[in-house]
Amino acid sequence: MRSRRSDRAAAAGFLAPFLLLFTAFFALPIGYAVYQSLLAVERIGPLGLGGSRTVFAGLSNYRAALTDDAFLDSITRVLLYAVVQVPLMIGLATILALLLDAAAARGVPFFRSAYFLPYGVPGVIASILWGFLYVPGVSPIIDLLDAAGLTVNLLDSGSVLWSIANIVTWEFAGYNMLVIVAQLKAINSELYEAARIDGADAWQVIRHVKLPLIRPAIVLTTVFTIIGTLQLFAEPLVLRPTSTAINTSYTPNLAAYTQAFVNNNYSLAAAQSVILAVAACVLSFGFLRLVGRREDDR
Amino acid sequence: MTTLVEPHATRSGGSPAPAEAARRRRLGPELHWRILVVGLLTVFAVYFLLPVYWLVVASTKSTDQLFGSFGLWFSEPRLIDNLRNVLTHDDGIYLRWAVNSVLYAGVGSAVATLISAMAGYALAKYRFRGREALFNLILAGVLIPGTALALPLYLMISKVGMANTYWAVLLPSMVSPFGVYLCRMYAATAVPDSILESARMDGASERRIFTTLAVRIMSPALVTVFLFQFVGIWNNYFLPLVMLSDPALYPITLGLTSWQSFADRQPELYQLTVGGALLSVLPLMVAIVVLQRFWRGGLTEGSVKA
Repeated sequence: MRSRRSDRAAAAGFLAPFLLLFTAFFALPIGYAVYQSLLAVERIGPLGLGGSRTVFAGLSNYRAALTDDAFLDSITRVLLYAVVQVPLMIGLATILALLLDAAAARGVPFFRSAYFLPYGVPGVIASILWGFLYVPGVSPIIDLLDAAGLTVNLLDSGSVLWSIANIVTWEFAGYNMLVIVAQLKAINSELYEAARIDGADAWQVIRHVKLPLIRPAIVLTTVFTIIGTLQLFAEPLVLRPTSTAINTSYTPNLAAYTQAFVNNNYSLAAAQSVILAVAACVLSFGFLRLVGRREDDR
Repeated sequence: MTTLVEPHATRSGGSPAPAEAARRRRLGPELHWRILVVGLLTVFAVYFLLPVYWLVVASTKSTDQLFGSFGLWFSEPRLIDNLRNVLTHDDGIYLRWAVNSVLYAGVGSAVATLISAMAGYALAKYRFRGREALFNLILAGVLIPGTALALPLYLMISKVGMANTYWAVLLPSMVSPFGVYLCRMYAATAVPDSILESARMDGASERRIFTTLAVRIMSPALVTVFLFQFVGIWNNYFLPLVMLSDPALYPITLGLTSWQSFADRQPELYQLTVGGALLSVLPLMVAIVVLQRFWRGGLTEGSVKA
């Protein structure tokens, strides 16, 4: 690689379109959200009838967001959801990838396609689909369970979060599986043979050869799952008409959306968005550092 | 490459005696193992395919049958009528949504791929001050939740009067930090410096080297970036939801949820939602399955090769 003045000019030319759009649609909105979150609309005149003006409000929107029970509930809810959903998703994706890897060649393309297929279904359409499968009267699942003497409500306050988790798992497990499968394929098969000659059984090969080698893929999919999990929005929004357990601030994203478009309180919505973005960054960076440190310990 | 093939040959053909004996000893448990594996694979396949099967069955039913018959079996099928209703309802608004979805996803991902390729190539093949800092900044962009951006983006875009236009959805869709990451990783390993040098010796301009040489070598990664971004835009809901208020600009995702939300008052919309979901899901699912190998090839390219 060379380093010359003409290099810098060429690099700038190639980078310009991306940087322009990145600045306009990534950097600026973040800056604008932070700015907006520091403002408040103040009513003036007697009884606030004299109109309104925008004033600098310091951190009061953050204080309002973090002392609002409904918003705090939504954060607790997605954290609880993430604690279950992330291991479930990554565990299932890993198991699917290892099963495909272990199976004989015939049939594998069919199974792989079947698992990956839901990735092509948009989240809202998946939610509409599963929504029908959760509603008594339409759902064949509930019909079958009824016939077996089991009465379940998949949409009440105790279960709807896990009904949502099911939709998200259905959508993305196959995609995460494919990322892991790609890495499994990159493993030199001499390693397997060496392990076999040493007398390792299938389980030991998985534990001591495959799992350590697919670590990067698992880390990558975990980070994306954490980010996606905190953003939970479309699934609860679509299920809302059928479930009384989902309120307008069921997840942080839904709360921010409601503040912005129902209550027209953009500043509070911006503060909530910033809190969510910071939480996503802290958790995903935290996870990366955690696995990075373990790597160093080895 | 030969070392990769060899173990397979030993396993299937004339292997040395001790290995052969060990193989025979393992045959018993291996058969059980195999039945267990295929059994589990089948159970999972049922789980992933069941909603799709339900959708196919449900889209053949009348609204009454949708609620009045067992969901996993056909009852008075009338698929053609149903689909005609989907396509003609409200002056064929469904087709308009479909065209919008193709437009947003097609144009957005094509532009995103091109500018990601340029940026990734520049980050991989030119040395300049601040290069790593810039790359880290772009990587941080990968970690920003898209929905956290959508609200402030709406406020900015409505300030400049572009809210509720095609541009409001198209422009933000053209940025793919992950695409830049993939392109850089791929270009760094797949595009040899020696080729670039000799092209420069021959007097080719940097732009020409990129368009004729680099793009061709990077094409597997570019297909992956394109597909990735296409599915991302096609499946996106939050951005069009906040940006658009005119139903004529809706993509399919937004259109179908608008039908679904009115279905309480107009029960025939339930059937339209089901039929519309089927129509939108089928082509994409076919594409996903046919184009699978591009996902396999590209996604972990960075992490494997880096």
